[in-house]
Amino acid sequence: MTGGSQGRFLGVVVDGSLAHGVEVRLDAGTSVEEVKAGAFVTIQGSGHRFFGVVTDIALGSTDPRLKHAPPGMDDPFITQVLQGTVAYGTVSVLPNLVMPVALGDAVETPVAAKTIPPHFARTHAASERDVAAVFGNEDERHFWIGNPLDMEAKVCLDLDELVKRSIGVFGKSGTGKTFLTRLLLVGILQGGQASSLIFDMHSEYGWGAHDSDGKRFAKGLKQLFPSRVSTFTLDEESSRRRGSSTDDVVRIGYGDIEPEDVEMLRETLNMSEVAASAAFNLQQKFGQRHWMSQFLNMEGRDAIFDLAAQIQVQPHALGALYNRLTRLKRFEFLAEKSERNAADRIIEHLERGQHVVLEFGRYGRNLTAYMLVTNLLSRRIHGRYVERKEQAEGGQGRDPRPLVIVIEEAHKFLSPAIAPQTIFGTIAREMRKYNVTLMVIDQRPSGIDSEVMSQLGTRLTCLLDNERDIEAVLSGTPGGRQLRGVLARLESKQQALIFGHALPMPVVIHTREYGSLESYAQLVKRAPGRQPHQGTETPEERLEREIAELF
Amino acid sequence: MADAGGLMPRRVGEVVATASTSFVAQCYRLDGAPPQGSFVRTGSSWVYGVVCRVSTEPLDPSRPVLARGESASSEEEVFRDNPQLARLLTTRFDALIAGHRTGDECRHFLPPLPPPVHSFVYACSPAETAQFTNRLDFIHLLLNSGIPVVDEVVGACLRAAAGAQPDGAGFLVRAGRALASELAGDVPRLNSILRRVAP
Repeated sequence: MTGGSQGRFLGVVVDGSLAHGVEVRLDAGTSVEEVKAGAFVTIQGSGHRFFGVVTDIALGSTDPRLKHAPPGMDDPFITQVLQGTVAYGTVSVLPNLVMPVALGDAVETPVAAKTIPPHFARTHAASERDVAAVFGNEDERHFWIGNPLDMEAKVCLDLDELVKRSIGVFGKSGTGKTFLTRLLLVGILQGGQASSLIFDMHSEYGWGAHDSDGKRFAKGLKQLFPSRVSTFTLDEESSRRRGSSTDDVVRIGYGDIEPEDVEMLRETLNMSEVAASAAFNLQQKFGQRHWMSQFLNMEGRDAIFDLAAQIQVQPHALGALYNRLTRLKRFEFLAEKSERNAADRIIEHLERGQHVVLEFGRYGRNLTAYMLVTNLLSRRIHGRYVERKEQAEGGQGRDPRPLVIVIEEAHKFLSPAIAPQTIFGTIAREMRKYNVTLMVIDQRPSGIDSEVMSQLGTRLTCLLDNERDIEAVLSGTPGGRQLRGVLARLESKQQALIFGHALPMPVVIHTREYGSLESYAQLVKRAPGRQPHQGTETPEERLEREIAELF
Repeated sequence: MADAGGLMPRRVGEVVATASTSFVAQCYRLDGAPPQGSFVRTGSSWVYGVVCRVSTEPLDPSRPVLARGESASSEEEVFRDNPQLARLLTTRFDALIAGHRTGDECRHFLPPLPPPVHSFVYACSPAETAQFTNRLDFIHLLLNSGIPVVDEVVGACLRAAAGAQPDGAGFLVRAGRALASELAGDVPRLNSILRRVAP
């Protein structure tokens, strides 16, 4: 492919529809092997120039007998003649965008295609220049996430759009979700559009970690941006062993645990619904601050049975609840009384414009601990944001700074059974209004509630091969059917399909390098014209700044 | 009109029967017909044809040719001993009209009128053949002529044209692809012609 205004000629449009894309018959001089699924093409219609992506490649023939009695292909001359004439290749192209008439015109940008090119429209491979016109250049609002396959042009995400809605990062284990997430986080951090709170299950975002193959060591955010990232830990020892410099240790008091948290742990603690809901009765009896400590301080079967009679709960259910909650005592980060409220301190850091990584250390391997802490802290933060936003709407104070909460193993929080109850279900559905969005990282997207999936603005997915997972990721996406083939054929490393609000059309990228010294230098470098973001600003301040920037 | 070949083309005979799609020419010399598939051109009417059938027959149909060489030691000796044969026999060939020429332009469709009887017929020089076969629309006329051995004729014609073209192999691929688009729905037939023209 060339850097000129047009790439190499591929063929002409011979069939198609707006719903299913157009079919391009390859020119005799172009072999099917030269075209790859996911490659970009431009189609010159009579009035418009279309930009699309190859979604499928097929072989066709003019004579159905050809496949029953193939001609002898030992003669290179006959092969040369038949290829591209009676036996030919076709590619299916989804024309996503209509390009501006004059490339490089800053005012006109590509717009979504609402029609298709006519018959015999000439199709070319997209040039570097076309791709750059579509996916933008790196600047303060656009973050370079990777390159299209076999091209040098950059694919850039619109950071404003990215943080406005929730984000999904999917892919099988070991396909590069973590690297992709690190890049996204660096982008959000550098862009300054939002703060991020990362529930770092495997302690790999804050401080460096080896990748899943154990071959490469990748630096964490704290190492790259020491002054802008705060790390909290649940497991001080583990952090110390890994040499991670932590800003604070998180301790959670029993009084902070609410019955809703217990309800969400029902599955991981293997508890019946009746047992879990007994916590509500306990809360009623002892009050929020004391129900858990008082309950766990009880001793003996009889005492529990007496209590069950008092609060009108099945004795065995209460016994089961007691058993399960006793297990939580093993978590050293839980204390009967905690002097300092962890959620408040995290919110403090976030409001200063810091990005917060909460390392789980050894508790990352314990799903119960992970779910308990993330749910508990997120609920607090949620409450605070709703409050702040309402105050701001009432004219008191500033809008809360946009926040992206990063959670892993998301299907455990957002499964159809519990999504309506957990705080994450709420955040995914409606927190956009309160400036909080989620970044969900998961390898089983099919386990996530479809209502939550439909709220994800931008999805980045590495290789998935389970039919249901692919279906879940692509559900509700225009052209989803065509993207299936692309998604199932991603390479297992450093490739991802990205689509949604943050970019104009779906694209397969070769993920940007993360891990070499050179890549760190590039990532840390501030894009030209990018202003450091200091906390949040009121609408008036923003207006003033924008006016100042204009003149 | 300029001589397309740069050399005077060789005159081989004269039109003796004519129709819209083909003509018959009688050769001046016994066995003097141009080879099957080669290009011929009529004199003033500039109609191009492709030789599709060559025959040698007695001038008088009521006097069939008899075998005379029983005691001859070679085939040449038969003619040496019977010098009258050259006068009693004649060679004719049929040519399918492949196009015509108006001004400097070669047209690959039938002329408004067939060449008149007694038009001179010339065998095209390689240069003239190359010029006429620069475009390949004549293949359609040949394939649809309806004669029984059309595949043989097309094969021979493309071989002859390739010999005249500066890039014979490239020409054959181009011609093969033109054939393929004509015979898109009949791959076995296409294949059999391609085997005949394969270099």
